[in-house]
Amino acid sequence: MEAAQAGATTAAPKKGTTDRHKAERKLAWMLCAPAVIAMLVVTGYPIGYAFYLSLQKFDLRFPDEKEFVGLSNYADVLSSSTWWSDVATTVIITVISVSIELVLGMIIALVMHRAIFGRGPVRAAILVPYGIVTVVAAFAWRYAFDPTSGFVPGLPLVPDDFAPLTDKPGSLLVIILAEVWKTTPFMALLLLAGLALVPDELHEAAKVDGASTRQRFFRITLPLMRPAILVALLFRTLDAFRIFDNIFIIQPGGAIGTESVSILGYNVLINRVNLGLGSAVSILIFLCVILIAIFFVKVLGTSTAQQRGEA
Amino acid sequence: MHTARERVLWSIGILVVLLYALIPVVWITSLSLKTPDQVGDKKFFSGISFENYEVVFSDDTFIAALINSLGIAAIATLISIVLAAMAAYALSRLEFAGKAVILSGALAVAMFPPISVVGSLFDMWRAIGLYDTWPGLIIPYMTFTLPLAIYTLSAFFREIPWELEQAAQVDGATPFQAFRKIIVPLAAPGVFTASILVFIFAWNDFIFANTLTSTDAARTVPAALAFFTGASQFEQPIGAVSAAAVVVTVPIIIMVLIFQRRIVAGLTAGAVKG
Repeated sequence: MEAAQAGATTAAPKKGTTDRHKAERKLAWMLCAPAVIAMLVVTGYPIGYAFYLSLQKFDLRFPDEKEFVGLSNYADVLSSSTWWSDVATTVIITVISVSIELVLGMIIALVMHRAIFGRGPVRAAILVPYGIVTVVAAFAWRYAFDPTSGFVPGLPLVPDDFAPLTDKPGSLLVIILAEVWKTTPFMALLLLAGLALVPDELHEAAKVDGASTRQRFFRITLPLMRPAILVALLFRTLDAFRIFDNIFIIQPGGAIGTESVSILGYNVLINRVNLGLGSAVSILIFLCVILIAIFFVKVLGTSTAQQRGEA
Repeated sequence: MHTARERVLWSIGILVVLLYALIPVVWITSLSLKTPDQVGDKKFFSGISFENYEVVFSDDTFIAALINSLGIAAIATLISIVLAAMAAYALSRLEFAGKAVILSGALAVAMFPPISVVGSLFDMWRAIGLYDTWPGLIIPYMTFTLPLAIYTLSAFFREIPWELEQAAQVDGATPFQAFRKIIVPLAAPGVFTASILVFIFAWNDFIFANTLTSTDAARTVPAALAFFTGASQFEQPIGAVSAAAVVVTVPIIIMVLIFQRRIVAGLTAGAVKG
């Protein structure tokens, strides 16, 4: 329509639109600049500085001994058994909790999608874990399993001296429980949004063709939800890999091997104030996160490309 | 339309979800209402005593932490919403190259592990005097508040019928009037929702609050809770920690329940459409 109006006034239009485009681009960048600069300042600069620190021998207890040591901090971290066992712990927590969340989240999403009544109360209830401060929820779980005051050892059928927090597998279970409890609602809501994109007509058609509920779920719902599931998995995997709050509260001290990589970074940086070595840990965690993100984006990319190819 | 069996099954389903969501909340609330000699009874309800609440509200550290948490989260929310609203307006309404770069950049920042910058911030803040101050926390909070706000606001702004602004101007409104009377009311719900989400995130932070503060000057509630000690150093202040936990949880739960529709819309809009 604009083109038709402009066409009536001849010659001028082309120059007019480019000028307007230029002005629009300028305005857009001016509006975006503060946010972009702020994001660069709070992430780009500190990560660069962390990389610089990771190449130094720099212990705040002996600040005068600061010197350039190249990659030797990385060699120290990568050759230590603590780093690898903490990576293993983090991966175990991430894989188990994200898998449980996916299944639970899917069940909750399907239940909410097919709600007969009471959809409001269910939605309200699942938002409670989302709103609660992670530290608070972690305290609630720690106290629930505490052998002297917790309600879990007091339950019937549970031995009175039940104390999962005194060994590693038990502690990991409580940590995973706390993580799953807190973040399943987010997963469920993302999946519910994905579920809403699956057209009802497909289900009706499949029903007419004699497909069972099970077949319809695995052949129609799941494939169509693939992008939504992958996005939810990406968000949650990266989030779970950074796990810190729950472990810090549920297993303070971490003497029994429940350390995640973030807790290791914290211990070296803040408790031992060894900024050189700690920054090497920080950078390695950063690289892990990038690798996970690349993996998901690759899978995500091929899945959307496939869909486009099929369509 | 639905059989009795379906209704029963569905009611059980609702009950299970409600139990799942509420057990830890009810548990910590019940702990907070126990007297010191009831704490060890392992029961869900053992009477109501406000002793623990009197303890936390007469504790200067807790009051200071509460004020720090409120102030820091509110200022971080305000700043990131203003910056993000400007960016989101450009991203949803204007045509320019670099849009995709900004959006994927914001996504990358959202996935950034905080522990990766804690060490350098710790060193930098101590050097320039931002360690253990409000700005010392507000600035790093931008790493997660800005991307969240940009995504949520862009998703909301895309839904606004911007033509109304021109229509109002054609009808004789000045550009400012058109903006104030048409666009502001249309954009307000989105801005409000984004603010709630951002505030909850800032309120929840533990890792920055734990590493970049050391005293009542800037320590927020989650960090204060982690380092809470009782009247004597050896007494485990389970009741007091629980009471403090309930105090910081109740306002958020009320907010979440009142605005649940909006929060769900905001959470999924940012993630799915973005």
